[in-house]
Amino acid sequence: MAFYVVQFLTGLASAASLFLVASGLSIIFGVTRIVNFAHGAFYMIGAYIAFTLTERLSGAFGFWGGIVAAALAVALIGVIVEMVLLRRIYHAPELFQLLATFGLTLMVEDLVVLVWGPDDLVGRRAPGFKGAVDFFGQNIPSYDLFLIVLGPVVLGILWLLFQRTRWGVLVRAATQDRDMVAALGVNQKWLFTSVFAVGVFLAALGGALQIPRDAVHHAMDLRIIVEVFVVVVIGGLGSIVGAFVAAVLVSELNAFGILIFPKISIILVFLVMAVVLIVRPWGLFGRPEAPARKTPGLTVNPWRPLTSNERLAALAALVIAATLPLFAGNYALTVGSEIAIFVIFAVSLHFLMSVGGLASFGHAAYFGLGAYGIAFLAKMAGLPMIVCLLLGPLLGCMGAAVFGFFAVQLSGVYFAMLTLAFAQIVWSIAFQWVSVTGGDNGILGVWPSSWAASPSHFYWLALGVATLVTVALRVMVFSPFGYALRATRDSLLRSEAIGIDAKRIQWTAFVIAGTTAGIGGALFAYLKGSVFPDNLGISLSVDALVMVLLGGVETVSGAVIGAIVYKALNIWLVSQTDLSKLVLGGFIVLIVVVFPKGIVGMLEMLAQRRRKSSPPGSPLLAKPIESAE
Amino acid sequence: MSVAPPLLAVDGLTKSYGGIHAVRGVSFSLRAGEILALIGPNGAGKSTCFDMLNGQNKPDSGHVRLLGEEVTAKKPREIWRLGVGRTFQITATFATMTVRENVQVALISHQKQLFNLFGSAPIFDRGEAGRLLELVGMGGYADRPCGELAYGDLKRLELAVALANQPKLLLMDEPTAGMAPRERVDLMRLTAQIAREKSIGVLFTEHDMDVVFEHADRIIVLNRGTLIAEGSPAEVRGNPQVQAVYLGEGLVYDARHREGASS
Repeated sequence: MAFYVVQFLTGLASAASLFLVASGLSIIFGVTRIVNFAHGAFYMIGAYIAFTLTERLSGAFGFWGGIVAAALAVALIGVIVEMVLLRRIYHAPELFQLLATFGLTLMVEDLVVLVWGPDDLVGRRAPGFKGAVDFFGQNIPSYDLFLIVLGPVVLGILWLLFQRTRWGVLVRAATQDRDMVAALGVNQKWLFTSVFAVGVFLAALGGALQIPRDAVHHAMDLRIIVEVFVVVVIGGLGSIVGAFVAAVLVSELNAFGILIFPKISIILVFLVMAVVLIVRPWGLFGRPEAPARKTPGLTVNPWRPLTSNERLAALAALVIAATLPLFAGNYALTVGSEIAIFVIFAVSLHFLMSVGGLASFGHAAYFGLGAYGIAFLAKMAGLPMIVCLLLGPLLGCMGAAVFGFFAVQLSGVYFAMLTLAFAQIVWSIAFQWVSVTGGDNGILGVWPSSWAASPSHFYWLALGVATLVTVALRVMVFSPFGYALRATRDSLLRSEAIGIDAKRIQWTAFVIAGTTAGIGGALFAYLKGSVFPDNLGISLSVDALVMVLLGGVETVSGAVIGAIVYKALNIWLVSQTDLSKLVLGGFIVLIVVVFPKGIVGMLEMLAQRRRKSSPPGSPLLAKPIESAE
Repeated sequence: MSVAPPLLAVDGLTKSYGGIHAVRGVSFSLRAGEILALIGPNGAGKSTCFDMLNGQNKPDSGHVRLLGEEVTAKKPREIWRLGVGRTFQITATFATMTVRENVQVALISHQKQLFNLFGSAPIFDRGEAGRLLELVGMGGYADRPCGELAYGDLKRLELAVALANQPKLLLMDEPTAGMAPRERVDLMRLTAQIAREKSIGVLFTEHDMDVVFEHADRIIVLNRGTLIAEGSPAEVRGNPQVQAVYLGEGLVYDARHREGASS
């Protein structure tokens, strides 16, 4: 019995940090409508700076002062980020904001390693809370008891801040209607900045307070951000009480889940989240979101099928690509195959994201499932390559069918967060279920049959499949189904009013996209000869997003161009520098801020300008992104 | 003749939000080919009432029947399949698609081709799409992106979309809101003409009394959630209760205008 009580108290203690970070995310979202992916990064920087300060400063004052100073320092960094970056993209589509803050996260991950090194850092114990309390023969660290008290105290302080101060009133008002608050003469710039600073302060404080419990390491940002997303989805974005309740719930589920399913404890949290999303899609304490305001800049060129000249050009490009083995070496062919595979991956996400308006932040899950499907079939069942290639993607298809069913119940940022959480779940299963997946060691020795083994043959195979997939998806874009899918993206209200079952259409699109990604993953497994958990990791999901955005999210063929340019650049970059995440993150931020229409989008705009030679007629085209007033 | 159930029969419709009774025991019916106006001051419960008719909102109690069939608990898309077209107070169209594509989506849905993955949508029933657009006077705009249209044109496009499933009943929530006076008259004339030709029942809400009195066959008046009057335009205009409700609301009915317009 005592054991369970202690387990419960440990859960409560873990909830404190989770609550701090989640409430910060919630407050920022409530006012600025930005889902701050970089929140995990701020949490991590908070921990690192606090580690350094508490090591340098001695005594109790040094420790506690160091913790608070670290949080304040990170809040200052947050202010700079808000003023330099976020102010430029408040009016951009939600997706761009998530992506920009993700770019920041990538940069921070490399910067942290650069400054503090790659090793885990163990901080010192908190003065005054070094011992443990005996509870019927079980030990509870006294620091845990401190955290258990701290959680409700912070909740109370936040409540007072929001209910009893002028600033709090403004923040609550802005959460409900920020345009109205601006119309009343409140300087929104500084309100947003201060809210962002408070949110970041909370995240950094959460990170700093973890030092006596956990080692500081450079991957702690992703772990916490996924948990925080789960917490805010369950509690309801924008609700502080919801964040508290959900943080306790999730921490307790983790604490007791370890006892029940030691291998895959995260499943329990996921199940609870799925149930909450079905019963109350806006979370336990959240409010139903008003439909997102239509983003200006979405109404660009109407899509049209390729003209016969353009088809000829595409065919010519394909023929040239097919002649590559005649003059290129094996390395170039391997790179070519990889690019072809990423074209498949990118067009599959494009179908979901550009055509369906559903930006998945966990698309790699289906790519990776396809790869694992091949590994299982080829290694365990020993099936020939052709059969594997036909059946392997089915694992991606099934994953997409299950997760997609839940995901399409949501839209916008909730959809993005849920798909991300699903992908993390698949990743942790691949990582933890060592007996089946080999865990971190992956599954090795997945080689193609002899007919496809030579680099040139494999290249032709990859190119052929990529062409087939791209053409098939393009046909679907201009099929009746494609029109219906675009209709659900443009106006749910109208599509329901003309008899379209939007959820079923979107679910179908999700399954199509997932299966297609699985095809890419299947080829990838054969190309590399092995499968690792990284094949369904977050960074691969983001690669897909960047490829689509780089090509141009509002275009039909952007994903193909984006994949080719990005992948070639990426392979080259990794061969040139150790700081690829830093460069990549900077690159993403750059795309979002100065290049929002992507390569193909920009080419189309130039072509249109030349055709008209007059300024673009549509006022909706003007300034898709402007700073907050 | 009188045995057939009315096109639309609303019976005891009730809806409260917390302590506020938005709609209380509203009952009325609508015949095929009839144009019925639902009027009332702001906050009378018109939109709530309206949204309950096509499944956008669920009533606490009461029934909505379409040709005798119970549709109260049905979803908007199911009610659409039964032949009910709808236009919105604030237009809802597919902004990134062209005018023709907007109509084609409705036709695709009507012909149950939504899950056709490999057909060609750009050539999908162009003839019917063109006819519908001609009907509402939008034939020349077919290839324009919908996001570029003026507000009045969007309203006409909505009408074309609403007609795509050959509806028996049209629900139009403030069809002329936000339009210029000239456009209002044109749109309602067009609607009335189509309704009479195809024997479509029309229910619309409206604040512009010129539009209401010129085009409605019958008017029902809602105030604070309950029906306070029902009858021909002349009867409703003469009703003292209606006058009391609208007094100070700015009910300006100019008889000369009506004569001028109808002559």
